[in-house]
Amino acid sequence: MSVQELEKIFQQRIDEETKIEPKDWMPDAYRKTNIRQISQHAHSEIVGMLPEGNWISRAPSLKRKAILIAKVQDEAGHGLYLYSAAETLGMSREEMINDLHSGKAKYSSIFNYPTLTWADMGAIGWLVDGAAIMNQVMLTRTSYGPYARAMVRICKEESFHQRQGFEALLVLSQGTKEQKEMCQDAINRWWWPSLMMFGPKDSESTNSDQSMKWKIKRKSNDELRQNFVDMIAEQVKVLGMTLPDPELKWNAKTKHYDFGEINWDEFWNVVKGNGPCNKQRLDARRKAWEEGEWVREAAAAYVDKRSKKLKIA
Amino acid sequence: MNDSLISYTLHLADTTLILSQKNSEWCGHGPILEQDIAITNISLDLLGQSRNFYQYAAALTGGDATEDSLAYLRKEREFKNLLLVEQPNGDWAQTILRQYLFSQFQYLLFDKLQTNKDEQIAAITTKALKETAYHVRWSSEWVIRLGDGTEESHTRMLKALDELWRYTGEMFMPAGYEKETGIDINSLKDPWLKKVKNIFDEATLILPEKVFMQEGGKKGNHTEHLGYILAELQYVQRTYPGAKW
Repeated sequence: MSVQELEKIFQQRIDEETKIEPKDWMPDAYRKTNIRQISQHAHSEIVGMLPEGNWISRAPSLKRKAILIAKVQDEAGHGLYLYSAAETLGMSREEMINDLHSGKAKYSSIFNYPTLTWADMGAIGWLVDGAAIMNQVMLTRTSYGPYARAMVRICKEESFHQRQGFEALLVLSQGTKEQKEMCQDAINRWWWPSLMMFGPKDSESTNSDQSMKWKIKRKSNDELRQNFVDMIAEQVKVLGMTLPDPELKWNAKTKHYDFGEINWDEFWNVVKGNGPCNKQRLDARRKAWEEGEWVREAAAAYVDKRSKKLKIA
Repeated sequence: MNDSLISYTLHLADTTLILSQKNSEWCGHGPILEQDIAITNISLDLLGQSRNFYQYAAALTGGDATEDSLAYLRKEREFKNLLLVEQPNGDWAQTILRQYLFSQFQYLLFDKLQTNKDEQIAAITTKALKETAYHVRWSSEWVIRLGDGTEESHTRMLKALDELWRYTGEMFMPAGYEKETGIDINSLKDPWLKKVKNIFDEATLILPEKVFMQEGGKKGNHTEHLGYILAELQYVQRTYPGAKW
């Protein structure tokens, strides 16, 4: 069969909503796009452990500490499923990790912002996980089977995290004056970076058209961002807090909230490595990997010795 | 008797909390993703155990005491944890060895405590014992793997032993409050040594001999490390007195 014919059959399957599985024929670009996206997603989970891990030792109560540890551990688990999903496309976990460390592979820019107070743990859960869920719910229906199935599991845990984050902020919003200020300050700092999580505007997004056709993506960046704004603009009222956008207001015609312009200079700068914590995050990941090398070697050497002993016996 | 029981419960609570706190520093920084998850899981188990002990100690203490007031508002000299658990993480070898030496002891102790005349202590340790059995299995496997892995991993295990062995004697030296609760802690020493020797044999490590043992943690005489651990752990509670989180 010619490539054109194979591509035609492939597109038919996509259009009929049949999932693409690891052993199926797929266009090279489809494979590459999925590897890029899934590994980027896996890296985001792993790098995302760092800003929240930063507050584990200082969590203000034993209950909050337990919730936070469990949450960060969940992220490690998500990283693991996602690396496995990406491996089904023919790239090893080690290769993916090397690409992260060399700067070739990206991760979500949101994790290049610092966590300065305890309230940031709540704001990340509510806003950052909230934004991630918008994207992830869509991805439970993505065309590549292993990715879609990993996302089903991840989504369940993420929505739990979002509720926990909101609840942590709710307690602050009903607390002392200092706690209320801490809560508002965290929302102010995380709001715009959360909106940036949806990526460039549709008019600027290079990968979108083909990804929509292949049903890797099912909603555009701007659509998802609007859904998120509509959701958060309502939820923030429950907290008695505000979003740091003077242009935010309900539009009765469109039935959506209008909102102000994102600082795209900041967006592109953070993508290019100039965010407040890009260097720190990558350094931490490289350090963990390098310092773990002797451990991985020892584990491998031990397995090797064992299998030799078994053969002799 | 009640005072002794409170002190003893706090000793169990502090020990599990401090080890949880130390292990949790690995979260996001482990040498292998699967092991990052494992050590974090152990941290979470120990935190759960400490909360059960603190809640019980708070109930025994009465008044305004809560799990958080006991964990966050007591000072260095009031903490009763073992010296072993407050030692630095060091490298993966040191963390692993600390975990194994402690878990192996904790398993023998909780195995006794699950039939304790105090029903709460019995209930908490019965539940914790299943977790501890896993901690022993996981950490002993790593002791063997590193001891019998590469030359480097073996050398690192020797260094870890040199750092930590001196803090193991304290586990078997009873504090006043321990004696009154009817637990013969010293009787656990030989079974512990036997178990450790078995694992060390497999790991090609040799039990250190004639090491002078440090003690004091149970009575609130700590190494200099604890002050820093508590400064970090208690920071938010102490900065915003009376706030709810």
